[in-house]
This record gives sequence, C-alpha cells and structure tokens, in this order.
Amino acid sequence: MEIFLGYVKAFAIGGLVCMIAQILINKTKMTSARILVMFLLLGVVLEFVGAFKFIEEFAGAGITIPITGFGSTIVKGARDGAKIGLFESVTYGFRNMAGGLTAAIFFGFFFALIFKSHSKKV
Amino acid sequence: MEDKQYIDYVHTHAQKSSHITTLIWAFAVGGLICCVGQAFSDIFSAVLPNWEESKIAALVSMTMIFLGSFLTAIGVYDKIGVHAGGGSIVPITGFANSVVSPAMEFNKEGIVLGMMAKMFVVAGPIIVAGTVSSVLTGLIYWIVGLF
Repeated sequence: MEIFLGYVKAFAIGGLVCMIAQILINKTKMTSARILVMFLLLGVVLEFVGAFKFIEEFAGAGITIPITGFGSTIVKGARDGAKIGLFESVTYGFRNMAGGLTAAIFFGFFFALIFKSHSKKV
Repeated sequence: MEDKQYIDYVHTHAQKSSHITTLIWAFAVGGLICCVGQAFSDIFSAVLPNWEESKIAALVSMTMIFLGSFLTAIGVYDKIGVHAGGGSIVPITGFANSVVSPAMEFNKEGIVLGMMAKMFVVAGPIIVAGTVSSVLTGLIYWIVGLF
C-alpha cells in the first residue's frame, strides 16, 4: 500500500510540474529549449536553498525524473566536491551530469545513424 | 530546413488542442513517465542494494534517456508529444528526445556538421546552464566551507 501511495505521489507531482510547463508553453509560446533550461535552473535553485530534498522525500521520481532532478544532481555533486577541495568543487557537478549526458549523446549518435527521420518534409 | 523553421514546425504541431485539454494531457503523460521512472528506481534499488543512492539515480536517468531515445528513433515519442506538450518535454525522456530528434533530422546534412553539431540545438543550452551552475554553486560551497 505504501509503495502504491509512492506512485500516486510521483504521478501527482510529476504531472503538476509538467502541467506548469504546459501553462508556460500556452501563455508565453516558449520553445522547448527555454522550458528545459528554466526547469533545470529551478532544480538548481531548489537544491541550493535546500527545498529539493523535502519535495524528493515526498514525491520521489515525481521531481527527479523531470529535468529539475538533473539540476538538483548537479548541485549535489558540487556540494560533495567542495568537501574535498577547490578542484573537486568545480568539477564534481559536471561529473554528476556525466551519466545522463553520455547516455543522451551515445544513443543519439547511434539511433541517428540507424533510423531515418520520421518528421514530414516541410 | 533551418533551425527557426524547425522550431516553428514543432510549435505549430504542438499547439493543436485547446488550453484545458493540453493541461490534462501534460499532467497525465508527465505523471505517467514519472511513475515509470519510480518503477525503475524501485527495481534497481532492490536488485542493486550495494549501490549508493546517487549511482542508482544516475542509472535510472540513463535508462529513461535510453527509452526516450528509442521511442524518438522509432517515431513514437513525437506522436505522444503532439498531445502531451509539456508532459513529454520536461521529463528526462524529453531531454533525450531533444538530442535524438535533431540528430536524426540533420543526419542527411552530413555526420559531422549535420548530426553531431545539430544534436546540441536544444541540449547545448542545457549543458551550458548546467555547467555554469555547477561551477558557481561549487565555488560558493567551497568558499563557505573555508569558514
């Protein structure tokens, strides 16, 4: 039952984050790049001020799967690195991005080689 | 196709439905994608109990990025995106889509200047914003740690 509740919370908060993005898209005609950058920075700010972990405890994947989670993990890395030294403080944030970026670039490269574009010719 | 045309093209296709309908779609699809992520998180935590939390989180991201890339490659993700809008853009699968979609689109303009370069049309700003925030926050944490 508790596991089920976790999914309900993830659904509700994740859905809410996406709905806020959709409101912005409808009202301001923002492009997806601007939306993604904005929510990434939102994740950075929430993690930096310490609010992110409370939302994460409540919503789990509802806040970590949206790009806000990517922003949060960057700040977590920077915080961990800063405990070690100056070099680590400026590089460990990027280290935490490495997994996601590697996956996106690697799969992007191979899928683009293998598959033909589906978008209609304009 | 120029960048601007491409963005306009995406835009016209994302604006078909009425305001409230788009919100419901965004909520439902976004929530559903997060539940899939929650499921992977639960499974990986159970299967890999020795892994630290941050590594599990990265593995979940990578799995979701794989799924987002694959669904983009077979043409399913963009079909979902027509209705879901923000629900398909904001989750990490949308980040994968923003890399794979232009990579496939511009592949015909050459591997290096087409695919490899245009792959970062949307992802580039995210990497720049992420890197700059990582350095700035890292420096702040380091300076605060001195005292």
